[in-house]
Amino acid sequence: MAEAFKFELVSPERLLVSEQVESVVIPGAEGEMTVMAQHAPVMTTIKPGVVTVKTAAGKEERYVVFGGFADILPYGCTLLAESAVAVGDIDRADLARRIQEAREDAADAKDDEARSKAEQFLSQLTTLEGALLPA
Amino acid sequence: MPSLKDLRNRIASVKATQKITKAMQMVAAAKLRRAQEAAEAARPYSERMGAVLANITQAIGGGGDAPALMTGTGRDDVHLLIVCTAERGLCGGFNSQIARLAREHIRKLLADGKQVKIICVGKKGFDILRREYGSLILERVDLREVKTLGFVNADAIARKVINLFNQGGFDVCTLFYSQFKSVISQIPTAQQIIPAAPASAAAETSNGATAVYEYEPEPGEILSDLIPRNIAVQIFRALLENAAGEMGAKMSAMDNATRNAGDMINRLSITYNRQRQAQITKELIEIISGAEAL
Repeated sequence: MAEAFKFELVSPERLLVSEQVESVVIPGAEGEMTVMAQHAPVMTTIKPGVVTVKTAAGKEERYVVFGGFADILPYGCTLLAESAVAVGDIDRADLARRIQEAREDAADAKDDEARSKAEQFLSQLTTLEGALLPA
Repeated sequence: MPSLKDLRNRIASVKATQKITKAMQMVAAAKLRRAQEAAEAARPYSERMGAVLANITQAIGGGGDAPALMTGTGRDDVHLLIVCTAERGLCGGFNSQIARLAREHIRKLLADGKQVKIICVGKKGFDILRREYGSLILERVDLREVKTLGFVNADAIARKVINLFNQGGFDVCTLFYSQFKSVISQIPTAQQIIPAAPASAAAETSNGATAVYEYEPEPGEILSDLIPRNIAVQIFRALLENAAGEMGAKMSAMDNATRNAGDMINRLSITYNRQRQAQITKELIEIISGAEAL
């Protein structure tokens, strides 16, 4: 069994997870990454996606996060999510609303940079939706 | 001298008031617990955020690529004050304390020849400040419809503030709210959020920064993502502390009111009984003297 380390998932409203885990898959802004114990210190922003947590007890839990960033240290990992919910509790309407908002943002964007950013965000959201809710 | 009937009415009405204040106290107590829990649940996030921010500022080392939200515009002419108060009254000096602190600040800034802009969060602060500084108020954020404060509410305010900053609307932004210390003590606080106060960052570096990080993407880019979020977090924390403080203040105010009503009822009852006794005595004397006259 792999070495365990401390993982914390925090959203502004509350502390969702704080436990010993074996590995965590994080949807980093520049690609997904799996964090295990003794990882080199990295700080990365995260995009909307699914965080998969494998606890020390061997259970697997999945959470949906909407943006935020991760602070990875050899002895622990803290994920500060803008908002996070367990995959089981995801609200279809909420997701649809976010997508709608992102779409409006993309349409309203004033310059190219803002537009490409908004469109990127939108595509991330729709990918997420596709992954979560097989229609 | 009020008649017996008047006194009876008076006592009945004070009793009714006492029932109301008692109910309000109990409601506030229940809400206080919830607000306190929310404030505590939000604490880890803002603490971690502080630590991470301290780390990353150290990594950048105050280089030229730090975003303007952090370093400020280099000027100090236009001040934006975000005054967070409660939406409802009947909570003792809670709202007026915050407003007083804000007012002192405004007066000082205006005396120094600075320009002042105000955003009011919450109805009560708006009502108080409107009288004196109505022309300075840019906007009023209404949270009355909001049942449970979410990060979304704070984020919306933060976004407005940041937009304004990017348009060059102000140089320094200060947040006014009430720090929740305990149920009976709330401390009105002014906190500078733009540019990020250097003092707090320095205090946090001492405990957090040990590792040399790799950054993905570049530190500057992370920072420019992080700072707006940090502002939202600060506002969120202020709102939560305020909510807890409001309920605490309301609870003690209503507790006082209930007690005062109790005292008043006691006093009125004594007057009532005395007067009743006096009337009985008077009637007795009349009967006796009437009987003696026969």
